[in-house]
Amino acid sequence: MWGGSTSSDSTRVRSIPIRSGQCKAFLSQFKQQSLPACKPVLTPAWVIAIHLLLGFVFIPIGLVTLHASRGVLEIVDRYDADCVPEEFKGNKVSYIKDTSVPKNCTRILKVHKYMKAPIYIYYQLDNYYQNHRRYVKSRSDQQLLHGLKYNDTSSCKPEESNNGLPIVPCGLIAWSLFNDTYTFIHGTAELRVNRKNIAWKSDRDHKFGKHVYPFNFQNGTLIGGGKLDPNIPLGDQEDLIVWMRTSALPSFRKIYGRIEEDLEADDVIVVHLMNNYNTYSFGGKKKLVISTSSWLGGRNDFLGVAYIFVGSSAVILSLVFLLLHVKNPR
Amino acid sequence: MDSKNPIESSPSIEITLNSSSRRSNSSSHSKASRGNSVREVTFGDLGSKPVRYGSRGADSEGFSGSQKEISDEDARLVYVNDPEKTNERFEFSGNSIRTGKYSILSFVPRNLFEQFHRVAYIYFLIIAVLNQLPQLAVFGRGVSILPLSFVLLVTAVKDAYEDWRRHRSDRIENNRLTWVLVNDQFQQKKWKDIRVGEIIKIHTNETLPCDMVLLSTSDSTGVAYVQTINLDGESNLKTRYAKQETLSKTPEKEKIRVLIKCEKPNRNIYGFHANMDMDGKRLSLGSSNIVLRGCELKNTAWAIGVAVYCGRETKVMLNSSGAPSKRSRLETRMNFEIIILSFFLISLCTIVSICAAVWLRRHRHDLNTIPFYRKKNFNDEDKDDYNYYGWGLEIFFTFLMSVIVFQIMIPISLYISMELVRVGQAYFMIRDTLMYDEASNSAFQCRALNINEDLGQIKFVFSDKTGTLTENKMEFQCASIWGVDYSGGKDSSVNEQVGHFVQVDGKILRPKMKVRIDPELLQLSRSGNNTEEAKRVHDFFLALAACNTIVPIAFDDASNPTVKLMDYQGESPDEQALAYAAAAYGFMLIERTSGHIVIDIQGERQRFNVLGLHEFDSDRKRMSVILGCPDKTVKVFVKGADTTMFSVIDRSLNMDIIRATEAHLHNYSSLGLRTLVIGMRELSDSEFEQWHSSFEAASTSLIGRAAMLRKVANTVEKSLRILGASAIEDKLQQGVPEAIESLRTAGIKVWVLTGDKQETAISIGYSSKLLTSKMTQIIINSNSKESSRKSLEDALRMSKKLITVSGTTHNNGGNSGGAVSPVALIIDGTSLVYILDSELEEQLFKLASKCSVVLCCRVAPLQKAGIVMLVKNRTSDMTLSIGDGANDVSMIQKADVGVGISGKEGRQAVMASDFAMGQFRFLVPLLLVHGHWNYQRMGCMILYNFYRNAVFVLVLFWYVLFTCFTLTTAINEWSSMLYSIIYTSLPTIVVGILDKDLSRRTLLKYPQLYGAEHRQESYNSKLFWLTMIDTLWQSVVIYFIPHLAYWGSTIDAPSIGDLWTLAVVILVNLHLAMDVIRWSWITHVAIWGSIVATFICVIVLDAVPTLVGYWAIFDIAKEGSFWLCLLAIVVAALLPRFVVKVLYQHFSPSDIQITREAEKFGSRREFGAVEIEMNPILEPSRR
Repeated sequence: MWGGSTSSDSTRVRSIPIRSGQCKAFLSQFKQQSLPACKPVLTPAWVIAIHLLLGFVFIPIGLVTLHASRGVLEIVDRYDADCVPEEFKGNKVSYIKDTSVPKNCTRILKVHKYMKAPIYIYYQLDNYYQNHRRYVKSRSDQQLLHGLKYNDTSSCKPEESNNGLPIVPCGLIAWSLFNDTYTFIHGTAELRVNRKNIAWKSDRDHKFGKHVYPFNFQNGTLIGGGKLDPNIPLGDQEDLIVWMRTSALPSFRKIYGRIEEDLEADDVIVVHLMNNYNTYSFGGKKKLVISTSSWLGGRNDFLGVAYIFVGSSAVILSLVFLLLHVKNPR
Repeated sequence: MDSKNPIESSPSIEITLNSSSRRSNSSSHSKASRGNSVREVTFGDLGSKPVRYGSRGADSEGFSGSQKEISDEDARLVYVNDPEKTNERFEFSGNSIRTGKYSILSFVPRNLFEQFHRVAYIYFLIIAVLNQLPQLAVFGRGVSILPLSFVLLVTAVKDAYEDWRRHRSDRIENNRLTWVLVNDQFQQKKWKDIRVGEIIKIHTNETLPCDMVLLSTSDSTGVAYVQTINLDGESNLKTRYAKQETLSKTPEKEKIRVLIKCEKPNRNIYGFHANMDMDGKRLSLGSSNIVLRGCELKNTAWAIGVAVYCGRETKVMLNSSGAPSKRSRLETRMNFEIIILSFFLISLCTIVSICAAVWLRRHRHDLNTIPFYRKKNFNDEDKDDYNYYGWGLEIFFTFLMSVIVFQIMIPISLYISMELVRVGQAYFMIRDTLMYDEASNSAFQCRALNINEDLGQIKFVFSDKTGTLTENKMEFQCASIWGVDYSGGKDSSVNEQVGHFVQVDGKILRPKMKVRIDPELLQLSRSGNNTEEAKRVHDFFLALAACNTIVPIAFDDASNPTVKLMDYQGESPDEQALAYAAAAYGFMLIERTSGHIVIDIQGERQRFNVLGLHEFDSDRKRMSVILGCPDKTVKVFVKGADTTMFSVIDRSLNMDIIRATEAHLHNYSSLGLRTLVIGMRELSDSEFEQWHSSFEAASTSLIGRAAMLRKVANTVEKSLRILGASAIEDKLQQGVPEAIESLRTAGIKVWVLTGDKQETAISIGYSSKLLTSKMTQIIINSNSKESSRKSLEDALRMSKKLITVSGTTHNNGGNSGGAVSPVALIIDGTSLVYILDSELEEQLFKLASKCSVVLCCRVAPLQKAGIVMLVKNRTSDMTLSIGDGANDVSMIQKADVGVGISGKEGRQAVMASDFAMGQFRFLVPLLLVHGHWNYQRMGCMILYNFYRNAVFVLVLFWYVLFTCFTLTTAINEWSSMLYSIIYTSLPTIVVGILDKDLSRRTLLKYPQLYGAEHRQESYNSKLFWLTMIDTLWQSVVIYFIPHLAYWGSTIDAPSIGDLWTLAVVILVNLHLAMDVIRWSWITHVAIWGSIVATFICVIVLDAVPTLVGYWAIFDIAKEGSFWLCLLAIVVAALLPRFVVKVLYQHFSPSDIQITREAEKFGSRREFGAVEIEMNPILEPSRR
């Protein structure tokens, strides 16, 4: 409509009055509120068609989703209670706080079905409010990126400094770093678990400094969780990076690593774990999860069921409307 | 006035008292308005309305008030020409006026004070302040205060500009100059420096600076003509008089020692009481001796007066009560719903705090060690609690924080959106070509911006008559002379005629107004006195030219220097029209002095002595003039209403002519013309002598003069010979009958309030189709409280009977006019005096609500307002006042919506109005089309805004329940701020401005559709609660689908927050899209554009590394479940609403819905069929 650069002058001249005429027409239509418009009206035919369409789209999506979700294989093992020695069953908190008690524990997992690599290893925490207001606020993104060069760590309270020296990384989140560890024995050999590239690349590259090293970390009177190797920069501390992506809901998983070989059905995997992390004081649960993945993400039947439900309700509604229309036409 | 003290406080009563006990005081405003049927006229009746010819000199002596003392406490003492002494005891108000609201210093506090009248603003202020406390800082400091301060600033700038304009006009007004007597010399002085007691000289065409008592004028008889257009809207000239005793004084030369004792300032513009002590004599002053601020001196070279009321104490200022700012009905309702919303808010906050309390209690021993709480600050030396203030305070803080987080439950953006939408709506109203008056080249004006939607709910229209329904242009239409109807002039257009003219001093003199001329009659009138017929025509026009109180004024024609135009000035527009008619037929009134008149008859100048004049009065309903003709005969010419004229016409003479005239009169009045019958007779010398002596005696008598004059008049106005009848058209404005018809079909009751006399009002009622012959008229003319009560009771009984006979309830009388025999109530101002502000009001209202038409005649400006208040106080229905003159100002201000006609009569009405337009008929598109659209749009918008914010808050709320009740938001701070600013605001504004449920054509074709607004179909509490339930469901879907889909997964808070943000935005925009009726491309752009803009914003926010949610959207969008969640949310959330909507449309469709479908499928379905369908539906949906 605006004419290309190749168009001759004559056409351009001619096109101007047309354009201004159109513009005028538009303005007057606009002022008189008579712009051309589409006025959809819900006729019974439309209503029934829409509902049928919804049904026919939603039910297949639901089935596909459900199938995908079912295709995800998961081995979930709750170990927090079982890993407490008999004598401490009555007082789990004293067990976890007692540094002299060995925390190692062995779990045996059975693979029910063939699991194709990559197989993800997660730890799952329940009843752990990583979205608690006090908790999520207690961090300093500037410090994570710039380290000691960034001084204002007041947002990290109450874990911003110790003995007058700043803590890197500061804040409750870093302080409460999850520190259970797992080793997997498959048959006789140790399963190779890849613990690289488990955090988001964007976080590693842009959010956590490549030249920021842990400092004065976990030196306080109250140890919250894992310690960090002061010689590895934050950008490479993937466990920390994963941990610091605070979860949205109080029941969450965080990735621990990847098994990069297939597991056959009926394989037995022995897990040696260090049960260091204190969830006993607030009744949290710890689980170890070994899961494959699909295009959908993890295993969750909810979406599939929801789709099938919505789709079938739409179909039923369309039938109801059809009946109404036949019995009681306007 | 002592006896009236108890009720004096009410200004409207004041008028009423004056017009009742001394009704003559109000009669100065229009002679035409004196035509009611008061049976008792007090002896002072003619007192302050002096008969100018023949009875002058006796004028106000007969005034009953002269005997009355004004007690010293109630009086204001004015020492003429001694302002120091006058202002000694009390400092009377100076003459400077101030209409501006603010001064520079007071602007900020006062404007803020006024703005914070909006409760919502206070609420947001408190929230913003709370957020500043470190314990409660949920959002950033500046961020939280920004929206409120933005709103405040915009409004303040607007207010400041308006006030600056008011100040400017005040300044101009205060600095105008006038001549004031200082040290025995008239000097120019600024208006604002005038003080009470000063003597002021006004020249012709100057505006009076204050209220002043006339002392002398350029006229030897002490007459001054003033135009009161700014005061009461009447453009004709009024006469005011200086006292005989002061006439001769020249204040420059001699000291005047006069003390005026007058009443305290009041707002009655038709009444004034004062005494004047002069040289030991006491004179009484009435309303004819005072000229008021705002009037213009006309036709009088100069006038000298003494200022008695200045500045804000002048009557015009007291009458201009400041316009109260109006709040639209919808907004008032909305405020109620906002209170409900705040209860929601409080309950949400309470739930959160109780839960938080329980949680804290249960974990009180673990708080130190729970990693995500860590109450104690171990790194501190003294191991203080970190950010923990004890259980009770923590709960309290949780409550306050939740108020801060959930604050947008109360939609602050709604106020801004509403203002913007109203601006847009106003733009379209202004641009509407249907409401553009080509004749006066005036577009529609929107002066008040906050009551657009009220236009959609009007139930009562109060209309002025003159200038509103009519063009205020009296036109002589036709005449019946000697039994012959001359109405042939109808065919020829006015422009073709040259018109009659005479030569004066080498100049052509021609009447200002041209009149339609019947050629046959013109021929006859020129043929001289040869035939009997021609003689009668001659006498007829002589009567028209002479029997009046018109003052002819010749002035130069601006366009043609050789032409002088003759302007006839007079109090009655009918007389003007008749005089112009006579001039057109060659009987041109050229000159009038107190003793004689000069009439140019067919080019021949003749001088007639005016021997006596009996003014029009409401009892006789006629006036007569006794002329001494050049041929030494004495003739009486009488003109008057047919009812009284035929009783004084000698029926023995010319019976067939009388019959023919009566037939013609009937014809004329059925056409809605105003008729007058004209008769004459010759007086014999003896008769004249007899009349003359009794007339002299009567007009100089001090007591009972009015009655005596009336008696004298009756002796001479008898056994008249009929000459004929005239018919004048008070031209209706174009399209008025159709407009009234439309309004009535729309269920709007039209009341006409006019200062005119009853007959005129009724005839206009007929011609405007307000009254029809099918209607039963109830007429109430009473002159005491008792008789008012009685006539009201009678009328109520009668109307009940009528209504039971017709067997229909009165409620739908307006809707289906055909079935009911409608009742019309006609009531006059005198009766209203007793009814308004008394217990009878209730009865009047009951009666009026049974009537489909109410006509109030002879009502004073404040009575008009009183009638509006009568309705406004008793119903919740919306009222609209429409008028054009300054006398309509009070009613325009009192009504919910005031409409000014920008006509000829000044700008006062327009200045006071909320909307101004050129013609009455524009009311139809204004109400039926724009009112309908505005209301429907605004209703939808408010509901949608409630929903939009509530759904967001609820999503936040559900999340809070899963965060240990600690008010974490997954949705990031910026998104929650932008939510109501960028993500969702534009579509609602665009839809609020552009959406139309029905086309203009349909709305005008079916005025019944307006009933939808009366039933509040677009906004009512049922809709509100339905919306809220829907909101709850949608929020549950939005929150819980992702919650369940991602429970126990690796999802992080910012990612799921992005999902919720997008879901909410898409959902609310689709929700709006579902309600959009007309999809123009602008709507498409706004709605889909908002969704796209949201995506862009979310992406941009997630690309900032320092924010917690860095890269979250890209991460979550990689997974299929994200998209599946979005789709599922949208469909599952909207499905119930969609189903309910479909079911509702299927089972109980609204009129609008049916008409919309008819509009769309009009080709397939007959419109008529729809109409039949529509009426029965009106009833059931009324509940």
